[in-house]
Amino acid sequence: MNILNNINNINYINNINSSDYSADKSLRNTENNVANFNTFSKNAKKQNYPQTIAQKILAFHSGNSYLKAGQLVNAKVDIVLGNDITMPLAIEEFKKIGIKEVFDKNKVVIVPDHFTPNKDIKSAQQCKFIREFAYQQEIKNYFEVGKMGIEHALLPEAGIVLPGQLIVGADSHTCTYGALGAAATGVGSTDLAVAMATGYTWFMVPDSIKFIYTGSLKPYVTGKDLILYTIGLIGVDGALYMSMEFTGPVIRSLSMDSRFTMCNMAIEAGGKFGIIEVDDITRAYLKNKTDEKYNVFYADDDAEYYKTYEINCDKINLQVALPHLPSNTQDAKNLKGIKIDQVVIGSCTNGRIEDMKIAAEIFKNKKVNSKVRAIIIPATQNVYLDALKKGYLEIFIESGCVVSTPTCGPCLGGHMGILAEGEKAISTTNRNFVGRMGHPKSEVYLSGPAVAAASAIMGRIAVPEEVM
Amino acid sequence: MLKNNYFISKDNKNNNVQKHGKDKKRSVNIIKDRVIKYGDNVDTDVIIPARYLNTTNEIELANHCFEDLDKDFKKKIEKAKIIVAGYNFGCGSSREHAPIAIKASGVKIIIAKTFARIFFRNAINIGLLVIPSIESANQINEFDELEIDLGNGIIKNVTQSKTYQINPVPDFIQQIISSGGYINYTRKILQVT
Repeated sequence: MNILNNINNINYINNINSSDYSADKSLRNTENNVANFNTFSKNAKKQNYPQTIAQKILAFHSGNSYLKAGQLVNAKVDIVLGNDITMPLAIEEFKKIGIKEVFDKNKVVIVPDHFTPNKDIKSAQQCKFIREFAYQQEIKNYFEVGKMGIEHALLPEAGIVLPGQLIVGADSHTCTYGALGAAATGVGSTDLAVAMATGYTWFMVPDSIKFIYTGSLKPYVTGKDLILYTIGLIGVDGALYMSMEFTGPVIRSLSMDSRFTMCNMAIEAGGKFGIIEVDDITRAYLKNKTDEKYNVFYADDDAEYYKTYEINCDKINLQVALPHLPSNTQDAKNLKGIKIDQVVIGSCTNGRIEDMKIAAEIFKNKKVNSKVRAIIIPATQNVYLDALKKGYLEIFIESGCVVSTPTCGPCLGGHMGILAEGEKAISTTNRNFVGRMGHPKSEVYLSGPAVAAASAIMGRIAVPEEVM
Repeated sequence: MLKNNYFISKDNKNNNVQKHGKDKKRSVNIIKDRVIKYGDNVDTDVIIPARYLNTTNEIELANHCFEDLDKDFKKKIEKAKIIVAGYNFGCGSSREHAPIAIKASGVKIIIAKTFARIFFRNAINIGLLVIPSIESANQINEFDELEIDLGNGIIKNVTQSKTYQINPVPDFIQQIISSGGYINYTRKILQVT
């Protein structure tokens, strides 16, 4: 594959040496190399350039010791991801490049999760197309239905995405992996095609915004409420092109599942990355998931941020985003007059075991309102099995919920719960744009699992206190 | 911190916008057409609803472009092939089907106050011209006639007799556009024959 050496010929405005992936060993704090991770010390000695996590990860992957916001770099990527919607286009583009093999069959990940199990003939054709490509290219991480889960829940669970990595995925919610201290972002199919062919892609180094969460969480408040509240605060383009760093005492004690939820929705504020520093909770999560060595990057104390927000969680109530923007947030308790037809609990945002647990606690010994369809979608086979073993699925079914195999399905109006004209759904998914879950005149209200479950029981938007 | 650059228009009239088009040899055709105008946060779900993502056929995609946002789009596009919009154009999903549907509909260029980043990359990558410009997007009205001179970085509003300056396009982005998209550019870099 000598041809790939030519990728270094790219002439950037800020010409960057991208020849050696791990050239700058001076950044490494060798004292910490005894563990199975490298730590890049805060305020690395012998250099006076304080940096954010985003700057450090992009610098590391482009063979630089320092990058400033606004620079364009060509960077080596660790994982390249596509799904059944974006991969068919990417394969068509990949073939046009004229390279026969992907840059690394162990680093290209393919997850048919959106319209699967195949919802119609066209979707089946698309899946067949990517399946044949996966077999022909001997892609190690191709997940067939049965092993498949919603990609952004599946990849962390499978130990494929790790701290310090630079990850691109042709799915906007690829930013989810920032919860592991990685720089992960969504790209389109052409970017995916080029990254699959070369292992590189271009980035503009983003500014970063720091969000410091203080105080303590009210009952049933999870990462979903924190991120909805934050998007409500800054708007759907409040972090446009930027890296959102979530930190503070509340984050330090937040569960991994809630951290994934927060980073997952960074894109809903326009963000490029949503990043949470690695800590003991991250390390505990990664234990038994990987034997691979990973890199840990910390933000320097004096790194330059575009803005810093301090958010007092004492004041954050359970949140709902009203149609048709995720920033259109209000306290759930103020919306009790809104009747709903459907509830969806699942997706790459809230389909993890913590979400299943919260929903099960609320549905236990209660019935779904007779005028409501409640659809529960564990995000992966493991979550499904775990929920089964813990008795959650039994609770769901006895209360009158539908439990589906993992799929993105209704979140993007694909299948498994499409809304008719005039219908309203409350959903733990991530977008409430016009027509997102079905008819252009239907409405989606976004919430966390507690509000969604309580609403299913009440037949209108409700808070858990009303049903517990 | 990021200064006013091609990616982000900060609408600061006192900024030092580099004089564009020093390299006069780089001649790009002037685009002359009328405007279809939309507001803020035009998302990828209204550009091309997910229910049509079971195909990659650009004609089929173009058929449903903007159908949940503007049912008159197909009529308008016959006489107006420039889209001017507000903040955060193309927010939402990473679906490249969105810029493909717009391009295949016949749209020549999109001017918006800001673009969502994935849409922006996708548009450049497939060779759909995109210009972030707060000033012009504020002033241009629907069906205004524009003359856009990319080589010299100028948008001329013929209807209103006004001109607006465009932020310079980075060389690297210009190379992608002049190669006819990111795939052709990559072929050139890799010297694939």
